[in-house]
Amino acid sequence: MSTGIRDKVAIIGMGCSQFGERWDVGSDELMVEAFVEALGDAGITRDEIDAAWFGVSCDPINVGNSSVPLAVALRLPNIPVTRVENMCATGTEALRGAAYAVASGACDIALALGVEKLKDTGYGGLPVRTKGLFNDLWMPYGSAPGTFAQLAGAYAAAHDMPMADVKRAMAHVSWKSHENGVKSPKAHLRKAVSMETILNAPMIAEPLGLFDCCGVSDGAACAIVTTPEIARSMGKNSPVTIKSLQISVSNGQESSYNEWDGSYVVNTRKASGRAYAEAGIKDPRRELSLIEVHDCFSVTEMVTMEDLGISSPGKAPRDILDGFYDADGKIPCQIDGGLKCFGHPIGASGLRMAYEMYLQLQDRAGERQRADVRFGLTHNLGGTPINNVACVGIFGRLGD
Amino acid sequence: MSQDVGIVAYGAYVPQLRLRRSAIVAANSWVNPGLKAQGKGERAFASWDEDAVTMAVEAARDALGEFPRGGISGVVFASTTAPFADRLNAGIVAGALGLGDDVTAFDVSGSMRAGTSALIAGLGLAATSEGAVVVAAGERRRSKPGSAQELGNGDAGAALVLGRENILARVVARYSVTRDFVDHFRAAGEAYDYGWEERWVREEGYLKLVPEAVRGVLAKAQLSARDISTLVLPSPLAKIEQAVAKKLGIAESAIVDGLSAQLGYSGAAHGLVMLAGALEKARPGERILVVNFANGCDALILEATPAIADFAPRRGLSGWLAVGKPVDDYMRFLSYNGEVGMEWGARAEFGNKYALTMEYRFSRDMLGFIGGRDKATRVVQFPKTPLAVAPGAAADRVASYEDVPLANLRARVIACTADWLTYHPSPPFYFGLVQFDNGARVQMEFVDVAAGSVAIGATVEMLFRIKEIDNVRHYRHYFWKATPVAGGAAQQLEAAQ
Repeated sequence: MSTGIRDKVAIIGMGCSQFGERWDVGSDELMVEAFVEALGDAGITRDEIDAAWFGVSCDPINVGNSSVPLAVALRLPNIPVTRVENMCATGTEALRGAAYAVASGACDIALALGVEKLKDTGYGGLPVRTKGLFNDLWMPYGSAPGTFAQLAGAYAAAHDMPMADVKRAMAHVSWKSHENGVKSPKAHLRKAVSMETILNAPMIAEPLGLFDCCGVSDGAACAIVTTPEIARSMGKNSPVTIKSLQISVSNGQESSYNEWDGSYVVNTRKASGRAYAEAGIKDPRRELSLIEVHDCFSVTEMVTMEDLGISSPGKAPRDILDGFYDADGKIPCQIDGGLKCFGHPIGASGLRMAYEMYLQLQDRAGERQRADVRFGLTHNLGGTPINNVACVGIFGRLGD
Repeated sequence: MSQDVGIVAYGAYVPQLRLRRSAIVAANSWVNPGLKAQGKGERAFASWDEDAVTMAVEAARDALGEFPRGGISGVVFASTTAPFADRLNAGIVAGALGLGDDVTAFDVSGSMRAGTSALIAGLGLAATSEGAVVVAAGERRRSKPGSAQELGNGDAGAALVLGRENILARVVARYSVTRDFVDHFRAAGEAYDYGWEERWVREEGYLKLVPEAVRGVLAKAQLSARDISTLVLPSPLAKIEQAVAKKLGIAESAIVDGLSAQLGYSGAAHGLVMLAGALEKARPGERILVVNFANGCDALILEATPAIADFAPRRGLSGWLAVGKPVDDYMRFLSYNGEVGMEWGARAEFGNKYALTMEYRFSRDMLGFIGGRDKATRVVQFPKTPLAVAPGAAADRVASYEDVPLANLRARVIACTADWLTYHPSPPFYFGLVQFDNGARVQMEFVDVAAGSVAIGATVEMLFRIKEIDNVRHYRHYFWKATPVAGGAAQQLEAAQ
């Protein structure tokens, strides 16, 4: 019987680069920027790191294959380094690797670092992939907004809700995140945007307009993890610990078996259910203090509120419009501005979300700081609503 | 003439897009004010993802309906604009129709006579085959902007099924004249025709070689011109049918309309297109004279049987003509035909190389849109996978499937969008998830979509189309796309808007 990793792994240092259109730097500089901050925060030396997990997703325009690029950029002393890739969940996947290594006793101190340099393509949006897989024989391959846009229509149909109401809730999601992003110095987009502007933006993939889509940016984020015992021996008496890191992956039933109605994300439900069990959360709506979810598109965030079991089925739009997830609401969602304002350097995003929780749990979040933060949840969703990888992480303080 | 083989089914296909000729004239009359006289009506044009093969496939599906595929022994494909100069185009047609591996298939080309050449070859093939033979023609001709061909041509497909049972029209006689009369030509590798003076083509070509062939076929059939009730004479030349009929003494009432009002002249396919239309209206006993002029002339006399009254194609030429969508989108027409290079942006720059090894491994199911019913769980899925998708399917052994063809089934839309970000030659890219009643569920592209016509719950049917074109290696990969059913909920939705 597995016992999970609750409180078996402490985060002793984190770093996050400035996110944005980093025309000035490449992946190496971004990695070093996040790493230097994390190392200083942890108060350790590079030689104390036993192993590293490196998350990067889009290799054709980034650093290329293997873990060598991380080891070279950080000049790691020939330790084991593992490269992971799991679409938009890549950053959380890197953290999971490092955390599991510590929890297993294989390592004392492990590093997780995610990076993505998206702004070297010469165009907006995510890089266009080279075709030629088996699926390309038959599967239509649209853009990321195109795949997520389909959630909106299916959600409206499943709940018999006018699309105008769904659009308004989606617009509130983006409006709220832009309000929050103003207070995030490391965010890419730091400008409030009116509901009217959001609702009247150019169409990207129906019904998603420009402001329903997150930014595309460059960035890196990094975590250094160890055991609670070692953390305490370093003087960190009440360290931030990982309560759970769960991941759920599609097996093709959503796309090929006639059950799913297209209005929710199966894996977010499964991953969050397992995460709550591992973390000992019984009632997420009452127990969670803060959440950072995968708001690649406003509709994704809206649907995720139900998939995480915080809003009841069909009630996410109501909760959103009631301000339940606003900065001053019951459970702020994207208190740092989310993907909407940070953009989504794929390998980095999961770790960036954890970074915000790490700061909030230590009262270090500056203007964004919420009182009494006890449990923070992060959520990553890679792929499309139909075939995806969902990660849910829960963070708190040791013993909580 | 083998009397025991005849036409047992017929069908046609016309792309939905119809360009108003007035739009062509408006764009080009600065070069040639004389075009203004030709600005009436519409011409059909293929979408970016249609070609001679896909149009021939749709026409063959129109003809075949539920005709058992196992009863087909051969496929003859006719075109002068086949997508491949060396790759059996008829083989693609056979795959898309879901035919068995034991069919005889070949391509016929070479002139505007290719449609009737294929019919003649098909009759011969059918006479020596056990099963039926599909003769399918498609044509998508390029034309220079501002040319008479651009105004006069149209894209289309047509198909005949030849066999021994339930003959709708038997072949009474045929006769051909071959003469190297070059009214126009297109050199190998060239995109456009070069033509000679129309007056010479009329007088020395149509008015001499056509009568020679018609007299020949009438003599063989021991019939006179007055016995002909229907004259199918495809031509890019206006009113040439009247002149020929008059010269031969064929009644003017016999002349089949050349379809210039809605379609245009579809080259090598046009004779079969017109014939498919004539057969829709034919009554038992009527004699149809098909005359196809090009470097000589083919002439065939057909006679409708009583069975003609009991047959209807799935939609037929009249049905396809009726679902046209007239547009003034001249630039779209030029772009689809490669006459202008639009600014597609950097997102259009991606590798699109198909591994022929991989394509071959799945070619039967992909070309034919064939799913599988897992023998253990009885659940239908597409594509077939080593382990079946159904919950509860065995994990300890490779699944075994029965074929379930999906191409002729309708489905319902579960999720959809119009994607303006992704590169697509005809933006926006409509795609989503469709559900078949038998349980199969497939992510699909939607085509021939009017704004708002793809909606959740809409009924769709399947069309054989080009999925991707590799512009570096000039390869094209075909697959099936879904289109809102005409007259269905989707169209009503559009009307409501």
